Amino acid sequence: MNHNDRIVITGIGLTAPNGNTLADFRQALLTGQPNIQRIDMRYIGPVLAGVCDFDPFIYQKRKEVRNGTRAGSIAIYCAHEAVKDSAINWEAVDRDRVGVYLGITEHGNVETENEVYNISKFDYDTKYWTHHHNPRTVANNPAGEVTINLNITGPHYTIGAACAAGNAGLIQAAQMLRLREVDYALAGGVSESCQTFGIFAGFKSQGALAEHETPNKASRPFDMDRNGIVVSEGGCIYFIERLETALARGANIIAEIAGYCMNSDAQDAVLPYPKRQAECMQKALKQANMKPSDIDIVNTHATSTPQGDEQECEAIRAVFKDSPHTYINNTKSFIGHAMGAAGALELAGNIPAFKDNLVHPTINVDKLDPKCEMPNLVINEPRKLPEVKTILNNSFGMLGINSVLIIKKYSA
Amino acid sequence: MTYEQVKQIVLDIISEIAPDEDLSDVKPEVPLRDQLDLDSMDFLDIVMELRKKHSIEVPEADYPRLASLDSCAEYLQPKFAK
Repeated sequence: MNHNDRIVITGIGLTAPNGNTLADFRQALLTGQPNIQRIDMRYIGPVLAGVCDFDPFIYQKRKEVRNGTRAGSIAIYCAHEAVKDSAINWEAVDRDRVGVYLGITEHGNVETENEVYNISKFDYDTKYWTHHHNPRTVANNPAGEVTINLNITGPHYTIGAACAAGNAGLIQAAQMLRLREVDYALAGGVSESCQTFGIFAGFKSQGALAEHETPNKASRPFDMDRNGIVVSEGGCIYFIERLETALARGANIIAEIAGYCMNSDAQDAVLPYPKRQAECMQKALKQANMKPSDIDIVNTHATSTPQGDEQECEAIRAVFKDSPHTYINNTKSFIGHAMGAAGALELAGNIPAFKDNLVHPTINVDKLDPKCEMPNLVINEPRKLPEVKTILNNSFGMLGINSVLIIKKYSA
Repeated sequence: MTYEQVKQIVLDIISEIAPDEDLSDVKPEVPLRDQLDLDSMDFLDIVMELRKKHSIEVPEADYPRLASLDSCAEYLQPKFAK
């Protein structure tokens, strides 16, 4: 593979319920600090959620925040932080050669629900429906808000890929960079999902919404007492470019994209399918020219649902059965399920392992479900490895969409 | 309702929809868009807030009448009187 085909990460911007920078997020993951809170949700009442506390006014005017969307504000914050982290001379960058590719699980539910609620105060007279509705709810909204805010004139769109979307944004960007459609990409995923009652109500009706008297104990993948998903918001955007471009500008190369795969279960709208998940991991490994035993960390998708966790474990056991030095963890146990941001955010939480060689743990496993037993599942305490060189990140979603992304430590 | 009261109502609405703007020295005779960072969507917000808060309808053909604080007062005062 020549330098033009090698794609590298040179900047990361994020907001998670437990950190607004990668350094703070990583610190929280290594020291066992989740952040789930009980919020009051319209029509439902108190629910558990992961809420971010970044300051949107750092990069936006008050009017922009008022007229835009929460997903847009999250995306703008993360995009600015990613550009800053890349240390690129942004003022000199040809913005026509920058693409914005953001994964979303859904978009528009929050804004539509707000407007229906608004007109309910006026006897459902639609003349009170806001003219901001359409620009707020078009599917490209979060990516489009980034381009307006950062004066980017290259392509932008979102990738709707359920909870596989965070990886999908990065995969799309890697493909566009290889096609020379752009020279730089801002890519990842965003979620404003904890502001829509519909997602909570839907999971509740499905029997998949987490509840626990202690909010920080509610998201507990692989534990016997897990009872569902904690819905969260968040975002993670990477600054990525071709290796050649990064080397030419002397960029700090954080990681290299080694391989990826997306596939479809073609089975069921909500139930996962381990066979296809395993195939997705195997195809990503093949593209990366790696064996399962070459992977140091597998960051699981597991969302703390009884069936989903068990089935992902089945898929992982099938792929990594002969990988005694592969370690497995889960980030949702700290932050809940950040939906469209999940894949990108969870990957970011693991990337510092390339420097500190630590595998952050899966927390809240008080009694491991025997059906979720996997060799080298890192539970409750970080695990120090001799060296971390590769990370495989799983993200799966409804309608049977699977995404696997493998990154590796950069080596010339 | 006096002209000045109508102008204050319009300024209160603008302070909500354009919170970054300094409204301490808005010249009543000068078009709002010549002295404030307001776009067409903001004017639709003004129309919407007049509808929601004061039950006043501004037909599209009359939007130019909202150009300045003076023209707002002249146009809206009879509507507030109804």
